[in-house]
This record gives sequence, structure tokens and C-alpha cells, in this order.
Amino acid sequence: MTSQAHDQPAVVATAPPAPHSSMPSIGSLVRRPEVGSLIGMIAVLVFFSIFGGANFMSAGGSASWLNVASELGIIALPVGLLMIAGHLDLSVGSMIPASSMTIAIISGHYDLPIIVGILAALSLGLAVGFISGVLVIRTKVPSFVVTLATLFALAGLTLGLSIILSGSTSVALKSGPVAKLVFGDYLGGKFQVTLFWWIAIVLIVGFILNFSRFGNWILAMGGDAVSARNAGIPTDRVTIALFMSSGLCAAFVGMSQAILYNSAQVAAGQSFIFNSIIAVVIGGVLLTGGYGSVVGIVLGTLTFAIVNQGIFYTGFDANWASLIIGVLLLAAVLMNNTFRTMALTYSPRAKPRARS
Amino acid sequence: MTTPLLRLTGINKSFGPIDVLHDISLEVNRGEVLCLLGDNGAGKSTLIKILSGVHKPTSGRMEMDGKSVEFGSPRDASDHGIATVHQFGGTFPLMSIGRSFFVGAEPTRRWGPLTIYDRKRANEIAVTEMRQLGITRIDDGDRLVGGLSGGERQALAIARAVHFGASVLILDEPTAALGVKEAAHVLRIVLQARRKGIAVIFITHNVVHALTVGDHFAVLIRGSKAADFRKGEKSREAITDLMAGGEQMAELEAEIERFSATNDGHAPRDGEHP
Repeated sequence: MTSQAHDQPAVVATAPPAPHSSMPSIGSLVRRPEVGSLIGMIAVLVFFSIFGGANFMSAGGSASWLNVASELGIIALPVGLLMIAGHLDLSVGSMIPASSMTIAIISGHYDLPIIVGILAALSLGLAVGFISGVLVIRTKVPSFVVTLATLFALAGLTLGLSIILSGSTSVALKSGPVAKLVFGDYLGGKFQVTLFWWIAIVLIVGFILNFSRFGNWILAMGGDAVSARNAGIPTDRVTIALFMSSGLCAAFVGMSQAILYNSAQVAAGQSFIFNSIIAVVIGGVLLTGGYGSVVGIVLGTLTFAIVNQGIFYTGFDANWASLIIGVLLLAAVLMNNTFRTMALTYSPRAKPRARS
Repeated sequence: MTTPLLRLTGINKSFGPIDVLHDISLEVNRGEVLCLLGDNGAGKSTLIKILSGVHKPTSGRMEMDGKSVEFGSPRDASDHGIATVHQFGGTFPLMSIGRSFFVGAEPTRRWGPLTIYDRKRANEIAVTEMRQLGITRIDDGDRLVGGLSGGERQALAIARAVHFGASVLILDEPTAALGVKEAAHVLRIVLQARRKGIAVIFITHNVVHALTVGDHFAVLIRGSKAADFRKGEKSREAITDLMAGGEQMAELEAEIERFSATNDGHAPRDGEHP
């Protein structure tokens, strides 16, 4: 049989690929990883529109959850990218107060120009992200542990230095009208300007993940870091860049909060650690990496914010909000798994086979 | 005789005190399939890892086109045109076919002031290259690799290697996890790669598959090359015997026979052990 198989000409199909239909079919829609998160968001939106009464959907009501979503979303996006690349960043929880205190101490306590405080706060975010990234790639310790360490170290450092420098755990900050307008104001008295920053970051991160080579590298690293490195991807550089971006975004939120509230506290922002992870996971990102989308992260963030704020508009006791979020998280993960499986097992309509 | 594309001379590899490979010499020519046969633990994987730049040999010489080479990293090996395809082929199950095909070498196009990933071109090339290898079921490069069958993933990985100009294609047990039909398709793809002038190193412990596509065979036993022969020089039984360590197998058979005779084919009761 050996020689026979040898001389057998292999059948080569040279027909060009079938043209893609321009209309997305229902099948291709269902294959989108975001469908699960979209359904989840619509469900909670409908739920709270019914039980929250007219107030919930009013401008004021919408602003309350959109404001929460914008701050969470700015952090959830880079955290989501990190998770797609197979990493976690818990240090955002300390990064927010650290950056708030930095700008408040520099521009409030020491009265330096606000721009110095802003730059210092953002640089701190980049620096902490850089350190986390380098530690992760050098030590090979899981990023969960590394950033848990930086989370505590940074919290301690913030508290210690705040007391030494300002003698207080809470520092007032007076920023000028320009800084206020750009980073920490309410439009129409209701909507935080961070909303626009969130939209900008959504566009940037969306571009990176979907339209740049860098985005492909992130997906590949989360899928299989070793193969990704062998394929020539500078995995170390990508990892550091991603940690720096999550540090930067967390610092941005801390900085804008200080400007918005005219003060900074040492103990703020710990809630962002889990909230960002919840938003990202509800959004369909695989905790172990390799899969996820920006649209999903945005939907997950909105879902979280709606539940978090919507409860106050209902007649229910607000203590139940966490229960709802817990149940929602589990339901979302299960639904996302289902949709991911559908995407994997999808096969195109049966066609006449070219070879027997 | 022309210079072989890849020549190994006296390759040794030890991890600390453990000798894994002992004095391996091999030659691979363009447009030829070298089948590397051996049982589990015979050193096949270590040899592949040396060829693909994961490990460095402890001693010995590697030449490509008559020039001595040394691979410091897998990247280095692939720059020399050595591509390795592992058993499960596509390693990014949750990436689209197009994206996975071009990982690390994404095609780009201009979009205003920005350079963006050219999804359409990536998908088209990936689908076309897979079609060239006879995978006609796939017409959408946006599909996820995880939705492909084992054979299709192998085809994707081989198509990728061929597209990026591999001159040596190392296939690590490509048929081990596949059904009969799928395995046959992968073997056909191997022959196609061979026809393109690629030197294929085909690792398997399936003698039938090896005999189907191989031009040249090497059998590894406990880290040494036990046999090196060309197509038609040995029968299938002889090769199977060789792989299993021939004599040992015969001894085992004799033992079983003796045992059956004394116990009428029943298991011995306690204390009755001879």
C-alpha cells in the first residue's frame, strides 16, 4: 500500500473562497461573544425600569448609574485587556487613593500648580504599573499574587507618606476652573465629565484590541503565552505596557475624583478591585485569558452600574444589591460560557463536498 | 549526492546526569519525508526540541545547507526556516482562523493616519492556504480555531508553516489524536508539503502512517538511533519489532506462553507464584 499512496495525486481545491455576505446573519450575531452580556444588560435595565419607577430612567437617574459606570469603565477596560492577555491587576484598588493623595498633597497641601499634581499622579500610575509588569515577567509569580503585593504595599505607602507629608489621611484640593472642567465637573449639574473620558478610552482600547497588531498579540498571549513568544511576539513588552495602562487609568480615576470632590482620602477605591473584575467577567472576558471584547466589557460595566445604582430607585432595601450582583455574576458567566461554546461549535451550512 | 538540507552529526543531550540522546546523526533532504519512530520516552521529543531551538545539544553539530548552525531560541530556529507543528496544531482555540494564522506577523494596511490589522486580507490568505491543502469546509476566516476538527487544525498549522516559507517542517505526532479519515487527510497534506520541496520530519509511533508517507526512517530506542533505513528496506513487522525493542517483546511472549501452560491460562492464586 505504501507506493500506492505515494503516487496518488492529492486533490487540491483551488476555488476562491466564497464571497462573504455583507448582511450579518442571525447565526453570526449569536456567535458574537457579546450577546450574553447584551442580554444581561437589557434584562437588568428592563427590571429596574419597571421596579425603579420613572425616576430611574430620568436624566438624574441615568446620570447616577452612568457616572458610576464611567469611573468603573475607565478602569475595567485596561483591566479587561490584561485579563484577555491572561493577567490580573488588583493593585488598581490602591492606585486610586494613591493618585488622589498625590495630586491633593502636591497641589493642595503644597499649593503647587494643578498641572504638576496631575502629571505626578499619572506618572505614579505608570510607575506602579511598570513595577508590577516587571515583577510579573521577572519572577514568573502569577500576577494575582504580584499585584496583591503591590496593592498592599502601595496602600501602606500612601497611608504612611500622607501622614508624614500632610499629617492627615484626608487632604483638601482646590483646583482651578480649567482642571475642574476637564477632569472633575458635572455637566448640566448631573453628568460627570469622566463620561467623555470613558468614551474616549473605549474608542482607544477598541481600536487597540480589534484593529491593531498589538490587539492580536494580546489575544495570542492569553491563549498560549509560550506559543505567542515563539511566534515572535514581544510578550514581555506587551505585559509591561498592559500593566502600565491599567496603572495609568486607575491613576486617572483617582486624580479626577480628587478634582471632582475637592479632596482626597487615603481609604478610597478598594471597591474598584472586585468591581472591575466583575464588570469584565460579566462582559464575557475569559478569566484565564485569550477571549473577550471591548463591547462586552462596556456592557458588563453598564450592567454592574445599573444594578449598583438601580437598587436605590426601587422600594427594596439597598442591602440586597450585592446579592443581586452575586447572582448576576454567576448567571452572566454561565450564559457567556454557553455563547462561547456556541461560537466554537458553530459550523457553516452544509455544502456539497468537494472531495469524497 | 547533494548536500542534505539539515544534517545532525553526533548529537548528544543530557539533562544533568541523565543522558537523553546519545550520538544521533541524521540527514534530511529537500522534498523528503523523514519518519522518526520510537516508543514513548525514546527521546523523540528531546530531539524535536533541539531541532526547534527549545534545547541546545550538549555536544554535536547541526548543519543547514552545509553551514553549521546553532539555535538560541525557537524564534532563531524558525528564522532558519524550521517550523514545528505540535499534536494539537492551533494553539489559540479562541482566536479566529485569520488572526491565529498570522500571529506575530499580522498583515496591516493604512487607514487614514493609522496602520491597522488587515483582517480581510488575513482571512482571505488563511482560507486560501487551507483550501490549497484540501480543507474546503472552511470559507470564513472569522471562525474560531477551536471550532475546527483535529485534522483541520493540523492543516491550519501546516498551511501557516508553508505560507511563511518553512523549509523544514517538523510534525510532532500529527495523526496521534485523529480518527482514521482525518489521519489520512493529514498524511495527504504531508505529501503535498513534500512535493513543494519541503523537508518533512514526521514523528509518530504509528508504523502504518510512517510507511505510507516516509522516504527515510530512523528508529530511536532509549536515546540512541537503533536503525536508519530507506523506504522498502524493512517490512512493517520488522519495524514494529524494532520499535518495541524486538528481543524484549519475544521474551515477554515466551514468558506468557510458559505461564499459560503451567496455570491453564488462569491467574495464579496467592503464594503460588513460581
